[in-house]
Amino acid sequence: MREQLQSDFDKIVKISKLSNEEIHFKRNFLNNFIKRGFPNRKQEDWKFLDISQIIKKNINDLTFFNDYSQPNKINPSIFVDGLEHNKIIFINGRIEKIDFNFEDQNKIEIIDETKKDISFDYKNSLIDLNSALTDKVFKILIKKNYTLKKPLIIYHSTNDKTKSTNINLRLDFELGENSCLKLVDYFANNTEKNFINIFYNFNLEKDSILKNYKVDKSRNNNLRYSFNNIEQENNSVSETFILSAGSDYFKNEINCNLNGEYSSAFINGIFSLKENQQHEIRTTINHLVENTKSYQLIKSVLGKNSKSAYQGRIFVNSKAQKTDGYQLSKAILLDETSEFNAKPELEIYADDVKCSHGSASGSLDENSIFYLMSRGLNYQQSKELLINGFLLDVVEKITDLEIKDLIKNIIGLKK
Amino acid sequence: MDTREKDIEKLKDYKYGFTTDIENIKAPKGLNEDVIKFISNIKKEPQWMLDFRLKAYERLKLLKEPNWQKPKYPKIDYQDLYYYSAPKSMKDKPKSLDELDPKLLETYKKLGIPLQEQARLNGIAVDAVFDSVSVATTFKGELTKHGIIFCSMSEAIQKHPDLVKKYLGTVIPVTDHFFATLNSAVFTDGSFVYIPEGVKCPMELSTYFRINASETGQFERTLIIADKGSYVSYLEGCTAPMRDENQLHAANVELIALDDAEIKYSTVQNWYPGDENGKGGIYNFVTKRGLCKGNNSKISWTQVETGSAITWKYPSCILKGDNSIGEFYSIAITNNHQKADTGTKMIHLGKNTKSKIISKGISAGFSDMTYRGLVDINSKAKNSSNYTQCDSLLMGNKCGAHTVPYIKNKNFDSNIAHEATTSKISEEQLHYCQQRGLNPEEAVGLIVNGFCKEVLQQLPMEFAVEAQKLVGISLEGSVG
Repeated sequence: MREQLQSDFDKIVKISKLSNEEIHFKRNFLNNFIKRGFPNRKQEDWKFLDISQIIKKNINDLTFFNDYSQPNKINPSIFVDGLEHNKIIFINGRIEKIDFNFEDQNKIEIIDETKKDISFDYKNSLIDLNSALTDKVFKILIKKNYTLKKPLIIYHSTNDKTKSTNINLRLDFELGENSCLKLVDYFANNTEKNFINIFYNFNLEKDSILKNYKVDKSRNNNLRYSFNNIEQENNSVSETFILSAGSDYFKNEINCNLNGEYSSAFINGIFSLKENQQHEIRTTINHLVENTKSYQLIKSVLGKNSKSAYQGRIFVNSKAQKTDGYQLSKAILLDETSEFNAKPELEIYADDVKCSHGSASGSLDENSIFYLMSRGLNYQQSKELLINGFLLDVVEKITDLEIKDLIKNIIGLKK
Repeated sequence: MDTREKDIEKLKDYKYGFTTDIENIKAPKGLNEDVIKFISNIKKEPQWMLDFRLKAYERLKLLKEPNWQKPKYPKIDYQDLYYYSAPKSMKDKPKSLDELDPKLLETYKKLGIPLQEQARLNGIAVDAVFDSVSVATTFKGELTKHGIIFCSMSEAIQKHPDLVKKYLGTVIPVTDHFFATLNSAVFTDGSFVYIPEGVKCPMELSTYFRINASETGQFERTLIIADKGSYVSYLEGCTAPMRDENQLHAANVELIALDDAEIKYSTVQNWYPGDENGKGGIYNFVTKRGLCKGNNSKISWTQVETGSAITWKYPSCILKGDNSIGEFYSIAITNNHQKADTGTKMIHLGKNTKSKIISKGISAGFSDMTYRGLVDINSKAKNSSNYTQCDSLLMGNKCGAHTVPYIKNKNFDSNIAHEATTSKISEEQLHYCQQRGLNPEEAVGLIVNGFCKEVLQQLPMEFAVEAQKLVGISLEGSVG
């Protein structure tokens, strides 16, 4: 892998328009990654699902070279219908289009940040890989007091022109004071067996609101990793919703630093897995100052041979009095071969806090099924009704009505 | 006189902090094959026992000390420890209590351990372990009548080699983790209990551990076997003198419950926790593991952890037999600079197995407490269930309380429920108590006892009273 990585990196450098400084910068990341390699189960954060093994098993020849100099053709059939929206389109890791047609162009700025270092401390070699191999890095800046009129949908797509099996993408967002952004990540891949590595960095200024919805619904054989780093100032709110159902492997990692008082973070997630899927959500919420709040709700429905894992960590600094932290994970196991793992962790250094977590897992309640069947539904219908009810609970937490409807449609949950 | 007064002053904080001047026989310092042979030789052990030790030692050379735990400690120099220390008068084991060194008896009297008449009144059979050597076992006659074997480990190796050979190392194999393997290589003594088929042990069995000599590690090994349909309740208490250096305690406890048998194991751990600046104290790195080998068997752990500079242990249950039950009740209290990383492991292998975990952690001062637990339901463990509750109470903002549960469910017929909360004592509760005439310390004591009640209830009577007092003492000075 090492030689492949080196030679692919050299190829990228050769045809790219990167400056010497940028190349040097990226090479540092590359060296870091080569030193550390893919994470494996020996690392605590990767204990449940070992990505280095999974990549080895699923992708025979891992290659890294992608030609970013040539534009790709955009296939409009992937676009979401029935909802007016702004678009950012990624094809094979290259940004093809940034389109804020519905917005006031003076209020949004797009800044090239390829040279900017990563501002937070990370222990994750996949971020090194990402930083070494991404194309240009852009920061989307939403200016003070501006609320986007329409949601922004980021399309993550690949086509058969892709040359490598590893695709890396990266975006930074800065939400100015009192601004608001609704962001949907929509995954639509036309290729199989790619390892896609996504890294977002969010900076939330005072009073700003971020709503991020990640929708991975259509069944595909890709392996996906997504890392969100969220920095929050006073009174800011972040809401993250994850629908984790389509890919073979999908790990969502969220690191959220509540740096400002009265800031709050909400994370809700659904795993709906079948045949051989392995998904994970790992969250770290750092309560660093007084009066911050976090809430997490994760539900899994696990079919044959599937496996889900939830690792949630709430950290409360000794200064962070009056913290309110809550975590709940629930799982329904539908088959003998399904597996659920959880590690809900609390690390608390302040005494005037309210923190709790709960986790429950088990099979569908036979009594409830009996109740429904005695009212005329057949077994399959009763099962579906119960599962839908179980998952709807999480979807109802979505605060944006338009997007809630969109997601309900995508999942097939009726109103 | 002055120093004496100071000593007395010190003793108020930790009343078991005295030392006893008894001549000791020690093995040469350090860990090597010769020391292991020395221990084995002085205990007149058969060849198979020595082989067991040497096998463990071979394995130990390959192992590294684990370091994933939360409380970090300075590196222990294993070559700078005495691995064997025994009161000299024990060279020829006394045949009855009357022949015991009077100084030893006095020590146990100070500790409140009734080795003589009082024992008869309390109805508890006691095995006292002094610096890793069992010094006295009471109530032999009564127990023998029922066919119960309750003796020191060395005696069991001599007298009941078949039982020891059959069960020793079956729950904690010599190939286990670093500290367990270290124990397998150098363990000096401990208690051995065998309850024959169908016998319900008529009294509580109790062992009292005491570390006296300095620069020694205490490595005792306890093996309890409950044969088909039997029942036993076993208590363990521990203290150590106050010393400035840290002392290592790495014991192994193995429990085996056969069909329909039940073992109840209670610990009140009150090792010296170090002074208020965090100097000295015991490192309590103990491996405790129970195997529910037979169907319908039950193992229940109850622990009250108030002592030790660092407590690092996870009493576990392997639920192998169908319908077997594992329970874990724990109170862990840390004050000043104490650190604890404790919890349990429930490994469900058999069908219809059930487990319950109740853990209460209280941290005050500058201390740090972690609950770390594993619930693992295997794919063959149909219709199993687990319930876990772990609550933490924080006093002050210099301490920490952490919860790290691992939950693995591989069986769709099984249920796991886990709950955890962290909070502080509410002002309203304190106010209410004070209004009714309690001073703040009493009020906190009352509330904490209420918080711990679920666990205290599980302890045998005599222990419960002691534990309740201990909870109060451990938290003294943490309010206000």
